[in-house]
Amino acid sequence: MLDIKIFTWSTPAIIALALLLAIARSSRNPALFPVRIFVIAYIDIMRGVPVILWIYLIGFGVPGVGLERPFNSPLLWGSVALVLTYGAYIAEVFRAGIDSVHESQRAASRSLGLSNTQTMRFVILPQAIRRVVPPLMNDLVSLQKDVALVSLIGPIEILRQAGIDKAKFANFTPYVAAAIIFLLITIPLTRTTDYLLARERRRTSATRVR
Amino acid sequence: MKLELRQVTKSFGSRNVLSGLDLQVHAGEVVSFIGSSGSGKTTLLRCVNLLEPIDDGAVLLDGDEISKIGRDPNPIRRRIGIVFQSFNLFPHMSVQRNITLALTQVLGKPADEAHQIAKSLLNRFGLVEKIDSYPDQLSGGQQQRVAIVRALAMNPEVLLLDEITSALDPELVGEVLDVVRELKGSGITMLIATHEMNFAQEISDRVCFLDGGRVAEQGHPKQLFSSPNDERTRQFLRRVNF
Ligand SMILES: Nc1ncnc2c1ncn2[C@@H]1O[C@H](COP(=O)(O)OP(=O)(O)OP(=O)(O)O)[C@@H](O)[C@H]1O
Ligand SMILES: [Mg+2]
Repeated sequence: MLDIKIFTWSTPAIIALALLLAIARSSRNPALFPVRIFVIAYIDIMRGVPVILWIYLIGFGVPGVGLERPFNSPLLWGSVALVLTYGAYIAEVFRAGIDSVHESQRAASRSLGLSNTQTMRFVILPQAIRRVVPPLMNDLVSLQKDVALVSLIGPIEILRQAGIDKAKFANFTPYVAAAIIFLLITIPLTRTTDYLLARERRRTSATRVR
Repeated sequence: MKLELRQVTKSFGSRNVLSGLDLQVHAGEVVSFIGSSGSGKTTLLRCVNLLEPIDDGAVLLDGDEISKIGRDPNPIRRRIGIVFQSFNLFPHMSVQRNITLALTQVLGKPADEAHQIAKSLLNRFGLVEKIDSYPDQLSGGQQQRVAIVRALAMNPEVLLLDEITSALDPELVGEVLDVVRELKGSGITMLIATHEMNFAQEISDRVCFLDGGRVAEQGHPKQLFSSPNDERTRQFLRRVNF
């Protein structure tokens, strides 16, 4: 029951965040370069650490700083962690969809005088979204799995408040350290993969339209 | 002068495609570009409507330098239509929507006016019964005619046609060329890249032979095809058996 509730409210939030991130990342406006860098960093960081660790760090960490009810609920923050991480994963699915729309579609649209934004909205996104529905469904299936993790936070929290093994739950240092180690390994990996993919694309596709 | 290219230079990496190309086109003129594959015909047309930024030189439309860096290309592209070899219709939109999208979104026309424009143009080119079809329900020839209508709907002053029949089965070429024939004399300026020598000879006021990143030779189609002055033009025409 709780699972379904978390799932229903986080899915639209995830899709909205993912779309926003993917669009920002695919923008070609030179002025948006800092935004692109920020989005890339965000996506790398969220995807670089296992979801369960984020659920733990955000789900327990944020309420731990001493917020008032109802904002100190680990359930709430666990769901936020899901939205933030899955938003990043699914942003990459959308981005793959956007990249899969052939450059000539953009050329046709821009040659009619449509702006970059209009081209994205009317020409690129509708085609991209149609193509990514199957992989998107996959991700939503694994989201269900991770929703179960969040719903476990509740009972764990009860144990914690009962004072059982308090020190173990309160000490975040090893978890933060683990997250950093993950990032040190995954970020160079994703950056290299991305670079290789981009180079391949430049070799095989037409000029990117301004 | 409708359109003018001054010393236009364009490279892709180390590959120099246009090197100091000069060209002048009068209003209403139909100019064809011939030349071997890779001679830069497509690149030239894409530079004219700013799909491809030029490295050096200038492109002028009615005396106005449109190739200046930092200039908003959108108002200029409205005045210069292009039709591509591979049609590039929007596959997720009906024929009508393909045509009306830019009319409503770029020119701000009301939906019913845009619809009327689409309908009367489709009617003119014998496509009106396809108005609600999707591109993949049309033959290649029909798709290309719709692509021409889509460009024409914006009422451009200059129309660029990039090998618009190369992707078509031979029996579909005629219907597309008929559209271009019908357009000639309507006052629109046309730049045509083509491998169809017969068509170039018939339709053009002037033919330009591209070689070495420039217009190597140009002239009236009769003169250029029957007695070319440049040795490279002669060789090219011999090679394509013309
Ligand atoms: N986006 C690009 N990136 C790299 N090289 C390119 C690109 N576009 C064109 N070229 C190169 O520029 C040269 C000219 O290409 P262009 O397409 O203008 O020739 P073309 O005369 O239209 O040839 P065709 O008759 O085959 O259509 C070719 O060598 C081509 O490989
Ligand atoms: Mg070409």
